[in-house]
Amino acid sequence: MRKLNGLFLLCMMTVFTLSASAQDSQGYKVGDKASDFKLQSVDGSWISLSGLDNSKGAIVIFSCNTCPYVVAYEDRMIELHEKFATMGFPVIAINSNDEKLSPGDSFENMKKRSKNKKFPFAYVYDKSQEVIKAYGGTRTPHVYILNKEGNDFVVKYIGAIDNNYQDANAVTEKYVENAMEEILQGRKVSVESTKAIGCTIKWTKKAE
Amino acid sequence: MKHLALTGSLLIVLLLELVGDFQANDKKVFEIIGFERFESMTLERSEKLRVYNFWATWCAPCIKEMPYFEQIQEEDKDIEVIFISMDDGRKPERVTNFIEKRNIKSPVYLLNDVDYNKWIDKVSKDWSGAIPGTLFIKPDGVRSFFEGEVTYEELKSMISQLK
Repeated sequence: MRKLNGLFLLCMMTVFTLSASAQDSQGYKVGDKASDFKLQSVDGSWISLSGLDNSKGAIVIFSCNTCPYVVAYEDRMIELHEKFATMGFPVIAINSNDEKLSPGDSFENMKKRSKNKKFPFAYVYDKSQEVIKAYGGTRTPHVYILNKEGNDFVVKYIGAIDNNYQDANAVTEKYVENAMEEILQGRKVSVESTKAIGCTIKWTKKAE
Repeated sequence: MKHLALTGSLLIVLLLELVGDFQANDKKVFEIIGFERFESMTLERSEKLRVYNFWATWCAPCIKEMPYFEQIQEEDKDIEVIFISMDDGRKPERVTNFIEKRNIKSPVYLLNDVDYNKWIDKVSKDWSGAIPGTLFIKPDGVRSFFEGEVTYEELKSMISQLK
């Protein structure tokens, strides 16, 4: 009987460990505390959450140069930064694509893209892909709105920018803007997560 | 007499064209559909394992894996491969040109509904929305989803596990 109990316990532990690791690989959920990072931006400066001046949070967007959905959203990303950075929520665009698999997403090409589009926000390179793995980003563009609570950056929204990539004028649900308004008013975010078709992350292949 | 010969050759030309058209239609299926149509397609009964691959003409990993789906469809008649394009519905010629150029044999549908959050979970809770992604539907209606690029071997083993 005791042996059986032991076996049962072992099984339970295995199940628990498995589910715990599965959750880890899925990254953050709304309500989780986001870990800080330190990544280089296209202007050479190093960007971290704790290093943001007068910030009340951040709009972190996993992005890149090469995805047509990102290209369709670049102007809207600029607008989000211009609207919310002065209120303490700057946009931080993070490119995590492997440059070997996607040469168009190299740091040099990020600099070019930023210059051509006159990005007013930091555009940083997550070369090791550690940041996107911690967050659980799976596609571009993929937005995480963080709200500063004490010294913590708490995830308030995960998902798409709005519900029409093709035509900004045809949008009927501005997910990020609505969430930002609610955060600024101290209210609960009503739509906390959304999904959208996006480009897969070009994950670095493990050396075999 | 001359008149007859002319009419005759005209008829033959017309017939040849008809046959040509018929063959082209027979070989290549392409249609622009909405989500409701897609959903009803997936809910239809089928004795085969259906493999819906979500892709786009601009998506490099999608295009890389496409020949594996076509090859396995050739080898295995117990499955049915269907390509679901996420291309811009305002520019379907990008897809039709691609089908012609690459000689895609499996049916292709362009799912033209950009209000993605409304329907991605209905395809599968396991799909974040990144493409490529593949939905498998067994004859008993049970669904599974794989997000990401597959190799020929990976796809083959996924299919054999589901059969």
